[in-house]
Parts: sequence; structure tokens; C-alpha cells
Amino acid sequence: MEIVVCVKQVPDTTEVKIDPVTNTLVREGVPSIVNPFDKYALEMALQLRDKHGGKVTVISMGPPQAVAALRECIAMGADEAVLLSDRAFAGSDTLATSYTLSQAVRKMGNVDLVICGKQAIDGDTAQVGPEMAEHLGIGQLTYVSTIEFDGEKLIAHREQDEGYDVIEAKAPLVVTIIKLAMDPRLPTVKGTAKAYRMEVPVWTAADIAIDPKLAGLEGSPTLVKRIFTPERRGKGEIIQGDSKEAVDALVDKLRQAKIL
Amino acid sequence: MNFTVSPENEGIRKMVREFAEKKLAPTIVERDEKELFDRSIFDEMGKLGLMGLPYPEKYGGGGMDFVAYAIAIEEISRVDASTSIGMSVHTSLCSWPIYKYGTEEQKQKYLVPLAQGIKLGAFGLTEPNAGTDVGNASTFAVKEGDSYLITGTKVFNTNGGEAEVEVVFTKTNKEAGLKGMSAFIVEKGSPGLSFGKKETKMGIRAAVQREVIMVNAKTPASNILGKEGDGFRIAMTTLDGGRIGIAAQAVGIAQGALDHAIKYAKQRVQFGKPIATQQGISFMLANMATKVEAARLMTYRAAFNKSNDLPYSKEAAMAKLFASDVAMSVTTDAVQVFGGYGYSREYPVERLMRDAKITQIYEGTSEAMRMVIAGSILR
Ligand SMILES: Cc1cc2nc3c(=O)[nH]c(=O)nc-3n(C[C@H](O)[C@H](O)[C@H](O)COP(=O)(O)OP(=O)(O)OC[C@H]3O[C@@H](n4cnc5c(N)ncnc54)[C@H](O)[C@@H]3O)c2cc1C
Ligand SMILES: Cc1cc2nc3c(=O)[nH]c(=O)nc-3n(C[C@H](O)[C@H](O)[C@H](O)COP(=O)(O)OP(=O)(O)OC[C@H]3O[C@@H](n4cnc5c(N)ncnc54)[C@H](O)[C@@H]3O)c2cc1C
Repeated sequence: MEIVVCVKQVPDTTEVKIDPVTNTLVREGVPSIVNPFDKYALEMALQLRDKHGGKVTVISMGPPQAVAALRECIAMGADEAVLLSDRAFAGSDTLATSYTLSQAVRKMGNVDLVICGKQAIDGDTAQVGPEMAEHLGIGQLTYVSTIEFDGEKLIAHREQDEGYDVIEAKAPLVVTIIKLAMDPRLPTVKGTAKAYRMEVPVWTAADIAIDPKLAGLEGSPTLVKRIFTPERRGKGEIIQGDSKEAVDALVDKLRQAKIL
Repeated sequence: MNFTVSPENEGIRKMVREFAEKKLAPTIVERDEKELFDRSIFDEMGKLGLMGLPYPEKYGGGGMDFVAYAIAIEEISRVDASTSIGMSVHTSLCSWPIYKYGTEEQKQKYLVPLAQGIKLGAFGLTEPNAGTDVGNASTFAVKEGDSYLITGTKVFNTNGGEAEVEVVFTKTNKEAGLKGMSAFIVEKGSPGLSFGKKETKMGIRAAVQREVIMVNAKTPASNILGKEGDGFRIAMTTLDGGRIGIAAQAVGIAQGALDHAIKYAKQRVQFGKPIATQQGISFMLANMATKVEAARLMTYRAAFNKSNDLPYSKEAAMAKLFASDVAMSVTTDAVQVFGGYGYSREYPVERLMRDAKITQIYEGTSEAMRMVIAGSILR
């Protein structure tokens, strides 16, 4: 199975601060990590490869420093990595990001699965995966927690608010992954040695036949009106007492609030 | 002159830090408290490639240098110095003499599973009446047919009773003094080999030390390292390298204490502001950081020399002497920064202080380090 995993380098905090003047993320002084959902995506890809053979390639669109995220994925066991980096990609919204990533997948050809994280913990839109499926003109399975491959089709669990759907689908597909039951594997010494000894290829706009009107700032129709940190709503309340009393008190409060 | 750690070795640091924080940090308090040795930790480290870092891949190792190894020991010690001593004895004291002095057959049979972490290693030199005075060892091996029968007791044996492979030092000729010592690879399960009581200790309490008792313990003659009489030289050169591991352990313990102290000093408010804003505390932290950095540089230097076939005996002894004192002083200061909470088992710095002390004692005491250094500079 030929698998591409899309990984985004994100600041190591779920509380990203926003510069109130420029409306952009404040990234200074915050260490970068691989988007946590993308580590689950990679874990899923590695499990499929370990079971069914093939190759896992990790790709990321970002500045030259994003190569660190790719090396981390190689250290965990990915076979190959490609960094998509070009000034022409700067200022991409989700549409331009997904277009650019899709062009890289097209260039690779013969890809069975594109696996993304459910969402990036900084941008948080959860749009890039589904948009890639549209750009590539292939099917998509979102919010996936398990995948089996029976030699012909994939059988996946798609999480819902209550329970999950069991879905069968055929490759090629874009899949987005939620937090899995198991932790992503730890990097190994062998993987780490490979990760830092290899040269990670960098693809520019020219390498992946980018239409400049569809990429970067120009290809980004999103207009950001205002970004702000929402006010914290009222304090939570902890109801004390033994569990029966506490449950009664809680039910009363929910009734008063007309929630029940 | 280049003082930067290679990107590859920084990668090893990142990898090992993640392992230590995810797999060791959550359980170390309980393992320390209850003196639990957890073999599964070493099994996992074997799978990740951490049990044979500096040995060639053809012997099941990681193919990295001794700087990478020192960094790995340092990062593990930052969180759990019990696990790092198990790893260090296994790698520097058991695997290394087999790598350096073993025959190809011995390497295939013992080094490969050791480096892969399938087997755990130990090192038996110290005896009740032979600590610093190694030459006073009374353990004796007699040759009988194609075996040696070993009789004697080794004490404070790290990994003892858990390790499958042990490098044991004995006399083979009582008249020849230091030239009458030999080194053998002894397997757990050998007839005549048993284990005594487990030590109860001040620190590194999740590591295991036992007595190794040999009564005519039968070892194939082919398990001798080098030849009869090589034992003392093998022991001394092995310990030269082992000290890089202990120096790295000391650096890691000190760094762990420093990290905790910095974090706490920024958070703890007295007199209306964080204690870190008091010069008395900030200067203490500055001194601690400076000492740790100096100890680290000496340690990496010794490791660099070893990797590059440069002399490292004196450098390793200096690094261990200095770094172990740094570990003791920095952990003591960290407890001071924490005040009463530092003395409490609720916080990790008292454990780091207990762990630090051993680095001044094993693999040669600080006095023994001074003997090595003096011997070298007064030659
Ligand atoms: C309102 C808004 C305004 C923005 N303004 C700007 C701006 O002005 N300048 C600017 O530079 N950025 C800006 N961004 C950020 C940028 O649009 C997004 O970070 C990017 O398009 C990815 O979207 P996301 O972070 O929501 O990812 P999601 O859609 O949540 O990510 C889902 C998955 O897609 C994959 N993925 C996402 N991004 C990448 C990537 N780069 N490489 C590889 N895989 C990836 C990962 O697998 C990830 O788990 C803005 C975002 C928003 C929401
Ligand atoms: C937790 C732990 C783990 C250990 N693991 C191992 C192991 O795996 N394998 C192994 O073989 N050993 C191991 N040891 C033993 C350790 O290496 C010895 O304890 C150490 O070498 C000191 O020997 P000793 O305890 O007999 O002290 P002694 O040699 O009796 O020394 C007592 C004191 O006298 C000083 N002293 C001795 N001689 C002189 C001198 N000539 N000049 C000045 N001062 C001197 C010493 O520095 C020390 O301060 C371990 C010990 C401990 C506590």
C-alpha cells in the first residue's frame, strides 16, 4: 500500500495566542511539534504498512524549519519525506494549502491512501483533509478510528457522537484520523539515525506544477475579519457531597436552567 | 574546535527525552518508593535500540558514537537515574569488554543479544574485601578440562540476579598479583551460581544490586575474555569508559534538579513576587546552571575522545570526579530552592539528591578518580 501522510508543524500549545494588532498567531518562543492528530495518522499508516507492505511517505507544507517535523516522522518509522516549501505558498488558507498538498500527491502518482489528522491544533478548521479529496477527485473517510484492509477494500470505523459507522470503501481515498486507542509509537535509534542522516527533498511550486492563482495568498479566498480570544464564560461550579446528593443537586440545577 | 553536538545526536536527545518523559516519569516515584526493578523497561529500551547504542549495527547495536551514548544516559538520568545505571552497566561494563576483547564467536553469542536488549548484562568486580583495592580480590577460577570452576562472592552487583550475562573478574594465579587476574563471561543459570540478598539503598532505589555467589560455578574455558592474566587490564580499561556513563548520569541528575528548580522558582511567590526575582535565588540558579554546563562539556569531551580513538582515561576520571560533585551540589541547592517542599517526597528534588550521591562512589570513588588523575599527570 502506498500511503502519504500529511503532517503539519504546529506550536506546542493548545492555547495559541493571537496578536491583537496583526490578527496572526504569535509563534515566537513557542517550540514546534508535529500536530498531535498527525502522529496518530502516521501511526495508522505505519500499522497498515507493517501489516500489508508498501511505503509511507510524509509530506508537509511549511517553511524550511518544518523539516524538523518530517525528521521526527522518519524517526518514528516513515520511509520517505518531502517538504513543500516555497515563498509562493506563504499566506495559504485551507483551500490553497489543500491544493498545494494535492499537487504533491498527484506528482507522486499511484497513491492508495492519503492520511491526514482530523484537524490541526492551531488552525483547527479540519478542512484540509476533505478539501484534498475534492482537489484529487477521490473519496474521503473522516473521523476514522480504525482501518482494516481485506486485500480489496478498506473497512473503517467513523466516529459519531453516539457510536460509530462501519464503512467500506476502495482506494484511492483521503482519510482523516482522530485520537486512536493506542499512543503513537516512539521514535527508535535506527529511525533517528536515518532521519538525521537523510537529505529531505524540498519541492517548490515549479516541482509540483502549481498554478500561482490557486496557491499562497493569491489562491486564498478566506478573508480574516477579526481573530480574538473569546472571553472566558462564567466559572464552572463543582457540586460537593456524596454522589447521590450531588446528582440530585445537579439535576435540579439543569432543570432550573431548562436544559432538562 | 567545534563545541556543537551533531544534529543526529540532538535527534537522539529528543528521542530519549520523549521516551523518558512518556515511559519513565509516570512510574519512577512508585518504583523508587517500593524499590521495584522493572525488567519490561529494559525490554522496551532494547526494542527502541537504546541497549546497544555505541556498537556497530552488525553486532545488533545502534551504530552511534559515545557522545550519543552519553546524551542518552544523561536524558534518562534527568528523569530516572535507576534506569540509567542499569543501562550504563549493561552497555559500558558488560557489552564493552566483550566488544573490545571478545572473540568473534563471543561477540556473536553474547554481544549481539546484549546490544539488541534481548539479554541484560552485569559486571562483577567488587568483593567484600576488594572495593577500591581491586587487586585484593579473592574469587578464584581453576581450570578443569575445558571448563573453569569459579569460587567467590561479588557484592553490589548492578542488575545482579536479573542479568543473563555477567562479566566476572577472578584470580587465576594467586601468586601473580594484578597479573594473576582474568575475566570471564558467566551466564545466569550456570551450575554453582546463585544470588544473595538485594541491597536496600539511599538512592537509585529502582535499580537492583545483589550479591553474586559462586561455588565451583562452571564456565566453559572458551568464555575467558582475552587470556589468563588479562583481567586487571580489562577491568581498568572497561571502567575508564564506564566513567563516561556515570559522568553523564551525574550531568543528567543535575540537569533534572536544575530544571525543577527553575520552574519552581518562577512559580513560588513569597513577599509578593516569585522567588526567582530575588537575587539570592537567581544567583544560586546561575551558579547551578554554570556547573552543569561545565560538567557536561567535560563529559562530552571524554566521550568524544573515546569515539575518536584519543586517550580518555584521565578525561573520563576528571569528568566523573567533577560531574559527580556537581550533581551533589546542584541537587542540594535545588532542595534549598524548594524550601520545605524540597525536603518533601511530594516533589522530585529530594529523590534526585539521594540519587546524586552514588555517582561519587561507584565505578571508582572520587578518591579513586584522584588516584587515576594524579597517576596520569605525575607520570
Ligand atoms: C481564519 C484563518 C486565517 C488564517 N490566516 C492565515 C494567514 O494569514 N497566514 C497564514 O500563513 N496562515 C493563515 N491561516 C492558517 C492556514 O490557513 C492553515 O493553518 C492551514 O491552511 C491549515 O488549516 P488548519 O490549520 O485548519 O488545518 P486542518 O484543516 O485542521 O488540518 C487537518 C489536517 O490537514 C493536514 N494539514 C494541514 N495543514 C498542513 C500542512 N501545512 N502541511 C501538511 N499537512 C497539513 C494535517 O494532516 C492536519 O491534521 C489562517 C487560518 C484560519 C482558519
Ligand atoms: C549502588 C551500587 C552499585 C554498584 N554496582 C557495582 C557493579 O555493578 N559491579 C561492581 O563490581 N561493583 C559495583 N559497586 C561497587 C562500587 O564500585 C564500590 O562500592 C566502590 O568501588 C568502592 O568500594 P568499597 O565500597 O569497597 O569502598 P572502599 O574501597 O572500602 O572505600 C571506602 C572509602 O575509602 C576510600 N579509599 C579507599 N582506598 C583509598 C586510598 N588508597 N586512598 C584514599 N582513599 C581511599 C574510598 O574512596 C572510600 O571513601 C556498586 C556499589 C553501589 C553502592
